[in-house]
Amino acid sequence: MKKTGAQILVESLVAEGVDTVFCYPGGATLYITDALGECDIRQIVVRHEQGAVHASDGYARASGKVGVSLVTSGPGATNTVTGIATAYMDSIPLVIFSSQVNTALIGNDAFQEADIVGITRPCTKYNYLVKDVKDLARIIKEAFHIARSGRPGPVLVDIPKDVSANMTDFKYPDKVHIRSYQPTYFGHPGQIQRAMRAIASSKRPVLFTGGGIILSGASQELTKFAEALSIPVTNTLMGLGGFPGNNNLFLGMLGMHGTYAANMAITESDLIIAMGARFDDRATGKTDEFAPHAKVIHIDIDPTSISKNIKVDIPIVGDIKNVLHKMLDILAEEKDLFKGFPESIGEWMKKVAKWKKDFPLTYQKNGGLKPQYVIERIYDLTKGKAIIATEVGQNQMWAAQFYKFLKPRTLLTSGGLGTMGFGFPAAIGAQAAFPKSLVIDIAGDGSIQMNIQELATAVQHRLPVKVVILNNGYLGMVRQWQELFYEKRYTWTSLPCPDFVKVAEAYGAAGYRIDKEKDIDRVLKEAFSNNQPTFVDVPVDPEECVYPMVPAGASLKEMLLV
Amino acid sequence: MKHTISVLVENEFGVLSRISGLFSGRGFNIESLCVAETLDPTISTMTIVTTGDDMILEQILKQLNKLINVIKVIDFRDTDYVSREMVLVKVNADEKTRAEILRMVEIFRGKIIDVSPRTYTIMITGDEEKLKAFLALVRPLGIKDLVRTGPVAMARGDKTLKTKEKQPKGGNGDG
Repeated sequence: MKKTGAQILVESLVAEGVDTVFCYPGGATLYITDALGECDIRQIVVRHEQGAVHASDGYARASGKVGVSLVTSGPGATNTVTGIATAYMDSIPLVIFSSQVNTALIGNDAFQEADIVGITRPCTKYNYLVKDVKDLARIIKEAFHIARSGRPGPVLVDIPKDVSANMTDFKYPDKVHIRSYQPTYFGHPGQIQRAMRAIASSKRPVLFTGGGIILSGASQELTKFAEALSIPVTNTLMGLGGFPGNNNLFLGMLGMHGTYAANMAITESDLIIAMGARFDDRATGKTDEFAPHAKVIHIDIDPTSISKNIKVDIPIVGDIKNVLHKMLDILAEEKDLFKGFPESIGEWMKKVAKWKKDFPLTYQKNGGLKPQYVIERIYDLTKGKAIIATEVGQNQMWAAQFYKFLKPRTLLTSGGLGTMGFGFPAAIGAQAAFPKSLVIDIAGDGSIQMNIQELATAVQHRLPVKVVILNNGYLGMVRQWQELFYEKRYTWTSLPCPDFVKVAEAYGAAGYRIDKEKDIDRVLKEAFSNNQPTFVDVPVDPEECVYPMVPAGASLKEMLLV
Repeated sequence: MKHTISVLVENEFGVLSRISGLFSGRGFNIESLCVAETLDPTISTMTIVTTGDDMILEQILKQLNKLINVIKVIDFRDTDYVSREMVLVKVNADEKTRAEILRMVEIFRGKIIDVSPRTYTIMITGDEEKLKAFLALVRPLGIKDLVRTGPVAMARGDKTLKTKEKQPKGGNGDG
């Protein structure tokens, strides 16, 4: 039976197991909108296309499934670019369907035409312009396959309006075959052996793990491996949750706002075992002085991440979960190799424990309400079981430092691109994936205003996300740099904000304000249990800074402490 | 340091812009780029001459391989290979110089492919050194125009640009 392109799209989504899409209509989407109207897929209509992509991203990060969004041509498509670039930097599997003007009009500067395939080429894993409805089903199948396999990433499919209306025979393909795309899943056995020998002979090893642990679903294997050998673990921002934040071996996050113990452990280590981390400059500090005494083992599914920023001695290309399985097998089979362990690294363990004890994360407790304290309270009240989204800036760093992430996929944060306005729509997406979970966006007064319109989406679709606004009246992170490096000239960073309680109420959501420290627990408890989208405005100490801090371009050991 | 790379790609629209976008987006250099269909019409070869140290070249090769449309990347660093380029050069040619030019063209096994009362257009093929030498010889006559194809390269001996597919290294391909 012949079907229209729009029907084919809908049936293909069903075949891919898509249960929720985030969308915004326009002239070019009309056939698609109409076809979706008659199906069971949940359609969350946002208020801005950037919100749609971030929401699908939050959905994907929280659930591990591919996030799907649909938008119209021209401005609808260009509005998705920030969302796509955010997902691309953090390797999040998304499929974005943009509509396009009729094929006959492409290239004519038609109304609401934009070359979105050209525009998104550098920030998608791959993208397609569907020129013929006969190709549509195959392209959708490929798009989902490319998005979720190998190193995941966003894939855009641009569908001209006439293609969505044209008819053809439909059968959803069972298999994908792309001759030029075959990711490597299993690490080279010889390299894994070499790595295990290097670990066995190391005296000061550190596991340095990133978002790849979470994407690969290797968190349990990592924990088992670290515990078997008593090797301390530090996470990048993207890696948080990949190793239990309350485990004794956990050093906390490393890097610019990393813990003293993590940064010192890297600096003094003789063997860095990096897994699914891409040695971003915020994690490494000055690369010349990063881990100066260490050999580096790097396990990653993407060969381009290896030896890009830091020279690697033992590269292993493969899926981390598979590689860790192999490493655990070697551990079990070759007991002799690790005979001396963990006694042979006993001194190192003592040293690391002393760093942790002597220089824990802390903050000055005098003055106004402390943002760090608010986050500590959120952690205690939720027992670490909430899904936490963050915006970008100080709120993000404090959340990373003071909330202990116990499980993978409980932190949704824009790590690579650092997109303000990401957290709130991402939280909405996560809430759509897990309607019964408590989803909290830790925000600042600056970044919440970058996608505040999505409050209407949350209210309309009854997605009871909680937004805790650490309100310091500044763009705090930029202000912090101005305080430390630009003699307190707060140009552009002191921005008056609206009354967030009234904003929430105007949208039909709940709004609270916490003025006194003693009210924190009571108000947060109420906000977390009211079953409504909620803003909690928390005026905090306006000039609080994030510490420790490694100044940009300095090496990790040069930390400014509280 | 100059390097020659051959890239086998799907012969589809947009592939060239993916490759050139990769180079410009990551700050890699392209000295020359030459694209055409192969024996298999679904595949094109791109011969790219680039510059950079070993670490940069390593990244270029990996990043090219990562592109979805790229079937194979051939790095000629460790291979014995031949490389040839074609130049069309239009030089001043009057009664006094014509005979001399003809002799030079013959020595360099080039061809004169167009003649006007005041100029010759010469086609000459060779490796970089040969072309350099020829151009140095004709430069004093006055070069009016010059077009180069950029080199194409091929491994010596029995080796071919086999278009064997990227091999799956385990896994079901579905993550």
